[in-house]
Amino acid sequence: MSAIVNSAGKVVDFVDQRITASNWLKRNIRKVFPDHWSFLLGEIALFSFIMILLSGVFLTLWFKPTMAHVVYEGAYLPMRGVGMSEAYSSTLEISFEVRGGLLMRQVHHWGALIFVAAMSAHMLRVFFTGAFRKPREINWLIGVVLLVLAVAAGFTGYSLPDDLLSGTGLRIIEGGMLAIPIVGTYMSSFLFGGEYPGDDIIARLYPVHILLVPGLIIALVTAHLMILWYQKHTHWGGPGKTNNNVAGAPFFPIYVAKAGGFQFIVMGVIVLLAATIQINPVWLWGPYDPSVVSAGTQPDWYVGFLDGALRVMPAWEFYIFDHPVSMSVLIPAILLPGIILTPLALYPWLEQKATGDTREHHLLDRPRNVPVRTGIGVAFIVFYVLLWIAGGNDFFATILEIPVNWITWFIRIGIFVLPPLAFIMTKRICMGLQRRDRDKVMHGRETGIVMVSPDGEFSELHAPLSQAQAYQLTWHERQLPSDPGPATDANGIPNPNYRAKRAQARLSRFYFGDVVQKPTVQELEAAHHDGHGGSDSARDELPSGQQ
Amino acid sequence: MSTHNVNPNGDEHAVVPHGEHAVVPADPIADPGLHHDELRLTDVDDKAERRAERQVAGMFTLASLLTVAFIVFYVVVGIHPDNPENGVNIGDVQVSNLTLGLTLGLALFLLGAGAVQWARSLMTSPEVVHQRHELRSDDETRAATIADFDTGTEETGFGRRKLIRNSLLGALALLPLPAVIMLRDLGPNTGGTPAQRKEHTIWAEGVRVLTDVTFMPIRAADLEIGQLVNAMPATFEALPEHGPERINERAKSPVMLVRMLPEDIHVEPGRENWGVDGILAYSKICTHVGCPISLYEQTTHHMLCPCHQSTFDLSDNGKVIFGPAARSLPQLPIAVDSEGYLIAQSDFTEPVGPSYWERTR
Repeated sequence: MSAIVNSAGKVVDFVDQRITASNWLKRNIRKVFPDHWSFLLGEIALFSFIMILLSGVFLTLWFKPTMAHVVYEGAYLPMRGVGMSEAYSSTLEISFEVRGGLLMRQVHHWGALIFVAAMSAHMLRVFFTGAFRKPREINWLIGVVLLVLAVAAGFTGYSLPDDLLSGTGLRIIEGGMLAIPIVGTYMSSFLFGGEYPGDDIIARLYPVHILLVPGLIIALVTAHLMILWYQKHTHWGGPGKTNNNVAGAPFFPIYVAKAGGFQFIVMGVIVLLAATIQINPVWLWGPYDPSVVSAGTQPDWYVGFLDGALRVMPAWEFYIFDHPVSMSVLIPAILLPGIILTPLALYPWLEQKATGDTREHHLLDRPRNVPVRTGIGVAFIVFYVLLWIAGGNDFFATILEIPVNWITWFIRIGIFVLPPLAFIMTKRICMGLQRRDRDKVMHGRETGIVMVSPDGEFSELHAPLSQAQAYQLTWHERQLPSDPGPATDANGIPNPNYRAKRAQARLSRFYFGDVVQKPTVQELEAAHHDGHGGSDSARDELPSGQQ
Repeated sequence: MSTHNVNPNGDEHAVVPHGEHAVVPADPIADPGLHHDELRLTDVDDKAERRAERQVAGMFTLASLLTVAFIVFYVVVGIHPDNPENGVNIGDVQVSNLTLGLTLGLALFLLGAGAVQWARSLMTSPEVVHQRHELRSDDETRAATIADFDTGTEETGFGRRKLIRNSLLGALALLPLPAVIMLRDLGPNTGGTPAQRKEHTIWAEGVRVLTDVTFMPIRAADLEIGQLVNAMPATFEALPEHGPERINERAKSPVMLVRMLPEDIHVEPGRENWGVDGILAYSKICTHVGCPISLYEQTTHHMLCPCHQSTFDLSDNGKVIFGPAARSLPQLPIAVDSEGYLIAQSDFTEPVGPSYWERTR
């Protein structure tokens, strides 16, 4: 053990004499990292990304990013003599002539699916707990860009093997591009080097997939982590855990061991998935042929919502001066991503506008304590999932044994009806949970013991909460809607900012108007003396504020 | 830095009534202060500690063994056939994939699980509390920074020397243009505009309709009622094997021949002579976003695109009856040549595939 410490000491000494490293290390080596399962989601994204980089480098050693025409003479018999691109033939080579090649291909693909899924889950966690609030808006924005880049990485990668599915995906991209007014045909012509599909696209997607996009992802992930490190992680409130401190395990050794270990666990799970569950067996689909499509095939999950939107959009095309404008393609393929991403990226500022809250927040919100935000989040999830179902409408039609048109119509109507419904239901559920918390704080926990008084009155015995338990339910901020103030001052002079303030107050009321507030000190006092079962609370015997 | 005892009053995060917010009542419950984790079994029981130690070391050892096993399987489970003529055995590949993946995956997993178990049950770090500090710099630093910036601007005279400033901004604004212009040759320079290239296929008057895959000419009598045949123009065969032309035409020219009872067909005026004895030819490229259409329902003459479920009625001039496509499938006028084989009367009378801006009505 001391040998390790000695050699580590030598390294530190070497570095310190050159860049004063000890100064920085002293402040950071025991940096606090709070612990909660939901904080692991971002780590899963990071670790699966590392796995993707490693497996991706392995794949580049064999993959040939060219659409040059070859006649396959490789080891896979069913394809021998078939004309195909070198991209597809080298993919077959990796699968069948390189030991571990198929495993790495599947690791790469599974890793990509998990990467985007973990990022999405991480983003939902950050949203629902309010971790995007000041001072973390920049990291939220970086996160949104990272999500877009991850989807771009996934889609370009999906296109590279030049099998039947990847070509069909590109064809749909081309169709979407053609719908863009005025420049559509030119964009498509520049991308594909002429007519679709041409023989340039694989060579052009390749540098985007292995250099440009991953380079940007690495740069932004670095910035994301540096900001996180500098700002310190958010944490949940609780006894001793406040907005002004951070409580948890030290970076070295606990966090290093746990996160380092978790890194290997994530990698291990991805490899086990790749070993046992086959994904995208491109040798079954065959090389890309623009005149063939196999029914029932699905894109990777994160593209599903876009494909679903394309499916359920009703036919709508009109002409401007004899030029067609295909809204049935423009809306789902071009406008929808913008409609989703813009409010997503701007949400921290939108909420700031509504609540008028510009303070620093380091304590997370329990989703129930911000019913409106939670409602918005769930409404968005419902919207997204509906489009996702639409993307598999043929699949659902098959398993439910109903016409595919019914599902399309269900989505067409549901997309407008169900998200608002989800918002209202979620908000009510949150308020119900808040009310339960409030009751617990005021009257204690229900014990299930029913007492009969000599007068024959039945009542349930409530057990008081400990101070720590009660604090656990009340540490959150009391959020009140802002008050616009009087329209005119005491002298009857109109306030010039009144209209703006009133508008802000309305938004604030939308956010906080229905929040079920935690009890005040007076309410709590009153509850303890109103003759409920738990009124002879142990809390009364506590010295105030101490345990 | 680290301390276990936080402010016992603990209400330091209570909302400070600020700005336009109403006065906020105080919190009902005081912060009881940091709760200390209870001791773990491994902290108090030597036996449990030794057991945990054995577990961690066991997982690490197993990981080593699995890594060695990976190498063994890499060598032992071959995928290369003894005789290259025979081709690869898919079963061998799957066994190789499974053994390599299970050993490597489990090795990684156990390495990770061991480290986590070590941290959870044996490492003795206590819970640490650090104070946060407001991220904003203090007023003095901010003022000094702005003063430094002002000094710099003053020294360059950036604000005063308008001629230099404007000429610099002009030069910088122009600089991105070469980068954009150099992308011009991503697209071809010959063959007209992108839209013009979309207007024609290799179908033309007298071009024979050949079956897809086998490239055989088709007689009207070869088709039974209710049958659907995928077809290509005879001119396709002559296209060079290499280069983009062949695959580009593959994306534009495919047609579907269908034969229906002539009385089932509703013919649009002007298309009376486009078919042969109830045989009609339609473009196979969907007018929505260009997938090849492929699901034909004989009894209703409906043609469904598997990508986005646009449905076309082939007995009614390829009209859209469901889904996101907004235009009918283009129809190819066909006839019979002197030898009785199906031929095209002309190219398509409109561009095939998805809508685009230049495609006039």
